[in-house]
Amino acid sequence: MREVAIIGIGDTKFGELWDMSFRQIGIQAGLAAVHDAKLRAEDIDALYVGNMSAGRFIEQEHVAALIADYSGMARDFTPATRVEAAGASGGLALRQGYMAVASGMHDIVVVGGAEKMTDVPDGLSNDIQNSAADRQWECTFGATFPSLHAMIARRYMHQYGATREQIAQVAVKNHKHGSLNPKAQFQKEITLDTVLKAPMVAEPLGMFDCAPNSDGAAAVVLCSMEKARNYTDVPIKILASAQASDTLALHGRPDICTFRATQAAAQRAFKQARLEPKHIHLAEVHDNFTISELLAVEDLGFFAKGSGGKATADGQTLIGGQVAVNTSGGLKARGDPIGATGVAQVVELVTQLRGQAGKRQVADAKYGLAQNVGGTGGTVVVHILGVA
Amino acid sequence: MATARFWRENASMYNLIASRCTACGALQFPPRTFCPVCHRRSLGKMERFKLKGEGEIYSFSIVHEATADLEMQKPYVLAMMRMDEGVMLTAQVVDCKLEDAKIGLRVRAVLRLLSEEGPDGVIHYGYKFVPLA
Repeated sequence: MREVAIIGIGDTKFGELWDMSFRQIGIQAGLAAVHDAKLRAEDIDALYVGNMSAGRFIEQEHVAALIADYSGMARDFTPATRVEAAGASGGLALRQGYMAVASGMHDIVVVGGAEKMTDVPDGLSNDIQNSAADRQWECTFGATFPSLHAMIARRYMHQYGATREQIAQVAVKNHKHGSLNPKAQFQKEITLDTVLKAPMVAEPLGMFDCAPNSDGAAAVVLCSMEKARNYTDVPIKILASAQASDTLALHGRPDICTFRATQAAAQRAFKQARLEPKHIHLAEVHDNFTISELLAVEDLGFFAKGSGGKATADGQTLIGGQVAVNTSGGLKARGDPIGATGVAQVVELVTQLRGQAGKRQVADAKYGLAQNVGGTGGTVVVHILGVA
Repeated sequence: MATARFWRENASMYNLIASRCTACGALQFPPRTFCPVCHRRSLGKMERFKLKGEGEIYSFSIVHEATADLEMQKPYVLAMMRMDEGVMLTAQVVDCKLEDAKIGLRVRAVLRLLSEEGPDGVIHYGYKFVPLA
């Protein structure tokens, strides 16, 4: 296997982008990444697009060909492939691109992720997100995506004695980080009280425990390490790419307070990178709900099981803490355009590892990790990046 | 969802029919055609297994934002139940005050209306749970 580097990054603002279509946001992020890598269209060997549900959000399938067409790549007949794994679509697209370059099949690959969620009413958008769970055996009986995570939160508090306030602190911390990110959907700090007094979505989780519906896109350009310096002075190396699966339905697992797929993917990733959790300076994790971040920081090995809430409340996941978690603002504050999220996490890591993160820069960041989750942990993708 | 999609699952949705692998004894709900533990060795060795319908709440939520077809039922208690036979499943807990829902509460299955496909459409029935008196 060849070593693979990221030589270009690009993204759009995340939010309710009323004036932009799916194809426009996809192109904007992709062009920014290709421009960043100083490439020409004919240099690109293949395109991978992470997208969860364009078929239901904008009633358009076949979106990889759409992006290839509008980006001009179809003029060179460049192969374009859509990748879907619910919330992990973006991370999984990156992994497909990584494997294509590592294997020697392609030299330069563009990986994009995009979702246009606000062309449908909120109710329909929520129903589409329910499809990431087991539609037949969870949702038919009244489960919603937030309520599945609410049951994780309830059980987590029961098993580990974590407090509602500790869980809520994840949102406060991620809004604080989001306030430093000009591309975040929400750039205002919030107080603990705001989270605790927000309208209930699924008890014990309220509105400020949930990531928003967002439009947005992100893209990266991958290149074999040996050619990376032809394009950039600061290639960022992909040290590991790992993926794991678990049961689709949450009730199929012996313990819902651990995402075994996160643990398995992390173990594989750390082994490939020959690193340990203590070496990681910053991590973008899948905080689609506040509770999800606590599970993530534990299952990735940063903190002992059950202690993530205390670690968060103590500031150990803030920029400047033991490991800076979700410096972009995370899904909660930066926004969560589903298919784009896994790619945007990696855009943030590259920005930090290049030392270009401005006010939210993590000092001396050399190793970053991204954890991208599909559904309630049925798919997890973990990437570890490092300064080359 | 299409009517047939509910109809073909009626046995399990009405009567909690699970599957049991006679090779290793593992229970699965909803039923499966082969055992994820024994893989190919379980082919032809899976049998129907009817759950007794009693268990306890493993975790729960009170749902305030529901999908359109359950709008009239909110707020409702949604729970994961660990059945006495060991398998877990997800369903509503009804005939139970919101404040009475708690982890460990003993419950039993009842057949109830789940949703209706509009005023002229099919009515879907399936299991919900009530506190065990």
